[in-house]
Amino acid sequence: MEDDAPVIYGLEFQARALTPQTAETDAIRFLVGTQSLKYDNQIHIIDFDDENNIINKNVLLHQAGEIWHISASPADRGVLATCYNRTSDSKVLTCAAVWRMPKELESGSHESPDDSSSTAQTLELLCHLDNTAHSNMACVVWEPMGDGKKIISLADNHILLWDLQESSSQAVLASSASLEGKGQLKFTSGRWSPHHNCTQVATANDTTLRGWDTRSMSQIYCIESAHGQLVRDLDFNPNKQYYLASCGDDCKVKFWDTRNVTEPVKTLEEHSHWVWNVRYNHSHDQLVLTGSSDSRVILSNMVSISSEPFGHLVDDDDISDQEDHRSEEKSKEPLQDNVIATYEEHEDSVYAVDWSSADPWLFASLSYDGRLVINRVPRALKYHILL
Amino acid sequence: MAAAAAAGPSPGSGPGDFPEGPEGEAPERRRKAHGMLKLYYGLSEGEAAGRPAGPDPLDPTDLNGAHFDPEVYLDKLRRECPLAQLMDSETDMVRQIRALDSDMQTLVYENYNKFISATDTIRKMKNDFRKMEDEMDRLATNMAVITDFSARISATLQDRHERITKLAGVHALLRKLQFLFELPSRLTKCVELGAYGQAVRYQGRAQAVLQQYQHLPSFRAIQDDCQVITARLAQQLRQRFREGGSGAPEQAECVELLLALGEPAEELCEEFLAHARGRLEEELRSLEAELGPSPPAPDVLEFTDHGGSGFVGGLCQVAAAYQELFAAQGPAGAERLAAFARELGSRYFALVERRLAQEQGGGDNSLLVRALDRFHRRLRAPGALLAAAGLAEAATEIVERVARERLGHHLQGLRAAFLGCLTDVRQALAAPRVAGKEGPGLAELLANVASSILSHIKASLAAVHLFTAKEVSFSNKPYFRGEFCSQGVREGLIVGFIRSMCQTAQSFCDSPGEKGGATPPALLLLLSRLCLDYETATISYILTLTDEQFLVQDQFPVTPVSTLCAEARETARRLLTHYVKVQGLVISQMLRKSVETRDWLSTLEPRNVRAVMKRVVEDTTAIDVQVGLLYEEGVRKAQSSDSSKRTFSVYSSSRQQGRYAPSYTPSAPMDTNLLSNIQKLFSERIDVFSPVEFNKVSVLTGIIKISLKTLLECVRLRTFGRFGLQQVQVDCHFLQLYLWRFVADEELVHLLLDEVVASAALRCPDPVPMEPSVVEVICERG
Repeated sequence: MEDDAPVIYGLEFQARALTPQTAETDAIRFLVGTQSLKYDNQIHIIDFDDENNIINKNVLLHQAGEIWHISASPADRGVLATCYNRTSDSKVLTCAAVWRMPKELESGSHESPDDSSSTAQTLELLCHLDNTAHSNMACVVWEPMGDGKKIISLADNHILLWDLQESSSQAVLASSASLEGKGQLKFTSGRWSPHHNCTQVATANDTTLRGWDTRSMSQIYCIESAHGQLVRDLDFNPNKQYYLASCGDDCKVKFWDTRNVTEPVKTLEEHSHWVWNVRYNHSHDQLVLTGSSDSRVILSNMVSISSEPFGHLVDDDDISDQEDHRSEEKSKEPLQDNVIATYEEHEDSVYAVDWSSADPWLFASLSYDGRLVINRVPRALKYHILL
Repeated sequence: MAAAAAAGPSPGSGPGDFPEGPEGEAPERRRKAHGMLKLYYGLSEGEAAGRPAGPDPLDPTDLNGAHFDPEVYLDKLRRECPLAQLMDSETDMVRQIRALDSDMQTLVYENYNKFISATDTIRKMKNDFRKMEDEMDRLATNMAVITDFSARISATLQDRHERITKLAGVHALLRKLQFLFELPSRLTKCVELGAYGQAVRYQGRAQAVLQQYQHLPSFRAIQDDCQVITARLAQQLRQRFREGGSGAPEQAECVELLLALGEPAEELCEEFLAHARGRLEEELRSLEAELGPSPPAPDVLEFTDHGGSGFVGGLCQVAAAYQELFAAQGPAGAERLAAFARELGSRYFALVERRLAQEQGGGDNSLLVRALDRFHRRLRAPGALLAAAGLAEAATEIVERVARERLGHHLQGLRAAFLGCLTDVRQALAAPRVAGKEGPGLAELLANVASSILSHIKASLAAVHLFTAKEVSFSNKPYFRGEFCSQGVREGLIVGFIRSMCQTAQSFCDSPGEKGGATPPALLLLLSRLCLDYETATISYILTLTDEQFLVQDQFPVTPVSTLCAEARETARRLLTHYVKVQGLVISQMLRKSVETRDWLSTLEPRNVRAVMKRVVEDTTAIDVQVGLLYEEGVRKAQSSDSSKRTFSVYSSSRQQGRYAPSYTPSAPMDTNLLSNIQKLFSERIDVFSPVEFNKVSVLTGIIKISLKTLLECVRLRTFGRFGLQQVQVDCHFLQLYLWRFVADEELVHLLLDEVVASAALRCPDPVPMEPSVVEVICERG
């Protein structure tokens, strides 16, 4: 029981940006970026010791500005990208840059003494994803299966594909596309699909979801009015290639089959305010995590539209090595979709949730007041899925 | 009784009176009660001997009682009565004794006379009987003599009698022979005269004999002749039969004769039915012509009348005749007839159904019901005659189907009426408002809608009720008794309608609402109130009305009122919640645009409340009025209106200072968080899109919550300059001044606005809050 209790970590500043250290598959490690207008911003490297239930942290200074979005390279543990605000001459610019953390922090578990301020180290800037034409970077996404050389950033109404060269020290704009239409169009979020050889990216702007082909940088599908109000986030099902989840200000989470964009496959309406984040579990895509500004995190079991609607079948493709030792699922009836748990440890709006890249049963959520909560999938469910 | 009571307690006074001795004094009363019981149960006799004077009839002092004991009586008199009373009773006694004596004497005299006359009569009877015995003896001897004579006579006549019998036999035979020899000529004559019946009868009589003696040449000749004639006869009969001009009875006669002639019945059957078919098809054709592709068709009543008298009447005749004629055919014949009737019947039904289908669209139920009644009634006769053909069942089925369709039609009508009402309401809402006149009268619209739906429902019920009227022939069928009432009317029509109403209403919550504005919010509000009214009163009223009119009573499970009410309530709740969302969204959008489009860093020092805030307050007030038209006020947390104003100003000055002052000291960056967290610990979590209750305050609270939360989230996404923060401060104070009055718990507005200002302060690199007094001045000026 003790194991299932949430682990809470408090940051000193407001924070919105959270990512697992994607390239790390052994240790449970999250990166959190802070938002402070008055002090130097930080990136906290949160190491979670699963056995002892202990959190270790390392702090990196991010002096460029307050962090709005953070993403870690899928290939290199030490490389990450941030979108940050820079205030100058009473103007706010949102820029993006790729950084490298000090070598000794890459693998974490660096026993840092408690006086964090003294040991704070600085990030090494690799390159700016700079383009004078587009200044407002909403988010940066890495090519999920790649070698950490390709990166896409969303700026206002532009979608920019960068090639990182010379060990990421130089970013070259490979191609770009932009959204034309009336009004001021602005991307809010984007995700790179792990399927189709990583040639698809989906973006959200206002109430619309769009799919892009990165080879031609052209639009492949468009879901108009996917949500009643602004779409906040989206995520691809890692195991089912046409499936995609989105969430937004209408308090709903919707699941789409991109081959049929007229109707959502399924709609969840569990939150009582805007849903800011939706994440599929990397291995078990029936587990869907959502975070909302009603201060709640909800873990749902969307088994009916997952890749394993009848439970695990033995002839399924092995998705990752964690799943090698599974026995055959006995019952073959379709299982019911349901909410597994509602986590109410936060007291402010939750702007980011994500799964650990190392342990598929563990996830973190971050609320605006700087509280990071690490939770686990309930044991009973875990065994139910595994056995 | 008095004696008993007196005697009881003093046992010593008269021991002789208690032969068995009393058990004691104490049980006296009990014994008395027992005595009464025993008397009642007839046990007194056995007990009486042993018991002392107890109950009345056993009283030995009762002169007329069975147990009168003179000694006791006298003793009692002597002991109890004064002299005068003794004298009185003595004279009284003497007088009674005298009266008794004289009574006795009269009785003895009267009965004496009767005895004397009886003795005389008996004596006379004795004499008479002796005489009669002698005469009987004589009679017996005479009878013996007569028997003897009779025996002798019959013996002598025996011989002759036999001879006479034989002669008589010969005579009969000769007459038969004569008939046979004359037969051919008779037959010919009959045929010529057209007395076919007579001819057939003769033929029938002779047939057997001729058959038997055909080996004798003379008979054979006769038989041959007869056969020739008979063949001719049959020929003629068939001729007549085929001509067919004559009516059914004549045809039936022909067939009967032919049958008697021994024609093959099977063939006749066929032919008979073929003829009948021709006639009936004629009828059907005329019906079909009436049905016609281009109607000036007669009304449905006339149509069924025609059908009933023409076709059904004809069918009855045919069936009756057939059964009479071909009864000998057995089950095969009956089967053939049944098949015949089935086939034609189904064609008839098809026609009737086509006609009835034309009627389906029409509105007049009474005519239809009457037509159906006629139709059904007419088919009862052939139904009884031809049970196997299943005509009555088929007819009942048709009637049931029509009834069902009728129900469906009414349900459609009701739905259409409801949708019509909604359209009217939409139009009324969309109509340009007359200046100076506040909005459309929502309450009035609601009343209109409710009453018009109710009247439609009542009209439908009345129309459908005709089907179950007593005088209608099919109303006592089990379908109309049970299923029609419960499943059809109650479940199908009424419950179905209420459900579909709820669904229609709910559908406004789902698809089009997302884009906002597709459904006017006022309509949502109105529908919600309508559903709520249904939940509280109308549903149970309508269902009671239905149950009363249709006496729903059968085994089918029916939807209970409570389920429907729950559904209606749920619908009302959803509609209201949706209303809150829609209105909240409208205001949210305003706030959001206002925050997103402004450059907060380079804004000027605030001089005014921004116009959008005024707009928000105005809109909220308008919504308040709108909701107030339909919903009650609801409860709000008791708080003095005075306090509201102050809290915020207090907050602006002291609390805000207290909260942000430490943040200037670089040592303690934690404090802001700590403080806000501690504050949050003590305040409840605010559910932004929480379900609303059915009252105005709750609705407004919901809308304001949504709007302010949006404001908060938007503020957090921006960066503010010093004046930007101050502007937010001013705006929030303004909202605070005007919004508290709408919500249930003004603390909520404070909390949210506090958060907004706090967040703005956090998002400001240079947070210098404005002086609260200045804020107030600006707000009051605005």
